[in-house]
Amino acid sequence: MNSLQVRVWRGGAAGAFQSFEVPRHASQTVLDVVTHIQRALDPTLAYRFACRVGMCGSCAMTVNGVPRWTCRTHVDKVCDQEKLEIAPLRNLPVIRDLVTDMREFFDKWARAKGSFQGSLTRKDHFSNIKPQSKGRVQVDAAIECIGCAVCYSACDVVAQNRDYLGPAALNRAWTLVKDERDESNVERLRAVAGDAGCHSCHTHMSCTEHCPKQLSPTAGIAGLKREVALGFLKGSL
Amino acid sequence: MNPKVQTFLWIAQRASAALLGLCVLVHLVTMIYAVRGGLSAAEILGRTSGNVAWFAFYTVFVLAIAVHVPIGLRAVLIEWAGWRSRGRDVVLLCFAVFLVYGGMSAVKAVFR
Ligand code: SF4
Ligand code: SF4
Ligand code: FES
Repeated sequence: MNSLQVRVWRGGAAGAFQSFEVPRHASQTVLDVVTHIQRALDPTLAYRFACRVGMCGSCAMTVNGVPRWTCRTHVDKVCDQEKLEIAPLRNLPVIRDLVTDMREFFDKWARAKGSFQGSLTRKDHFSNIKPQSKGRVQVDAAIECIGCAVCYSACDVVAQNRDYLGPAALNRAWTLVKDERDESNVERLRAVAGDAGCHSCHTHMSCTEHCPKQLSPTAGIAGLKREVALGFLKGSL
Repeated sequence: MNPKVQTFLWIAQRASAALLGLCVLVHLVTMIYAVRGGLSAAEILGRTSGNVAWFAFYTVFVLAIAVHVPIGLRAVLIEWAGWRSRGRDVVLLCFAVFLVYGGMSAVKAVFR
């Protein structure tokens, strides 16, 4: 049986790579490789996963230098020389081994006013939103985010400007800005404007390139720039 | 800095960029056209001095630069130098004034 040479990050920020040899299987995912190491070779290895089917967003790691969701990344797809290097996500503090501290990532969703603010009560009737309406189509294109932080890890502006809200939080804000039912868009546009927000995005599209759900935070951020500018010109910002 | 000011800066940056694109094009085309077959300093001055259209065009050019460059530098200073204090914007404002001063001195010198 073939085997894979795997280098895995161990320790915190000042850790080092440790090498393992892992048996190669057909249709093996990167998460399978990490799980094999933890179950068979070194039970102290720390990593995160939950659903294993690309829904929960907890398994993202840096695989051969590229941020990826590991449960749905086949080894075949990422290595041609039977060598893998698995590290924690970039741009987030490392807790231990492959586990990052995701607090700042989600705190930024809150700062970007990423929670829905409706005005209806349970006594009101449902809002009627046509699925084909322009706003809803734009929301649908951006809504399937699983919060994996792959985009956050891929973004160079996050690396250079620690205050930057990042692609996922801004993408989330965009889906709410375009949601007709939401009531807090003025505050949201204020929250996403400026140096920490959409105006710092360089549109270099790393986030869009790497998002495993094929979303385009770049497009959403461009939309936010438009909406913020319109708000400014109309005097509502 | 509040969101309004930052949004204003962003719009100013984009608008000045559009203006600069146009100015650079006119500037280059005019230069290439004007120097065909050689041109002396005296000939240039002969055409520019007292020419109000020329003066107006280069004034717009200088002002667009003075708006565009400091705003762009601001992002560079934040991202590459990590300069986040207010002092940065004061320095950039001085730099903008310097650009207007330097640019307009050159424009005036050739207009006279
Ligand atoms: S497009 Fe914007 S958010 Fe996406 S990676 Fe580039 S700078 Fe970051
Ligand atoms: S936008 Fe894409 S890459 Fe970013 S957190 Fe959501 S699913 Fe992950
Ligand atoms: S384990 Fe849930 S997305 Fe990978």
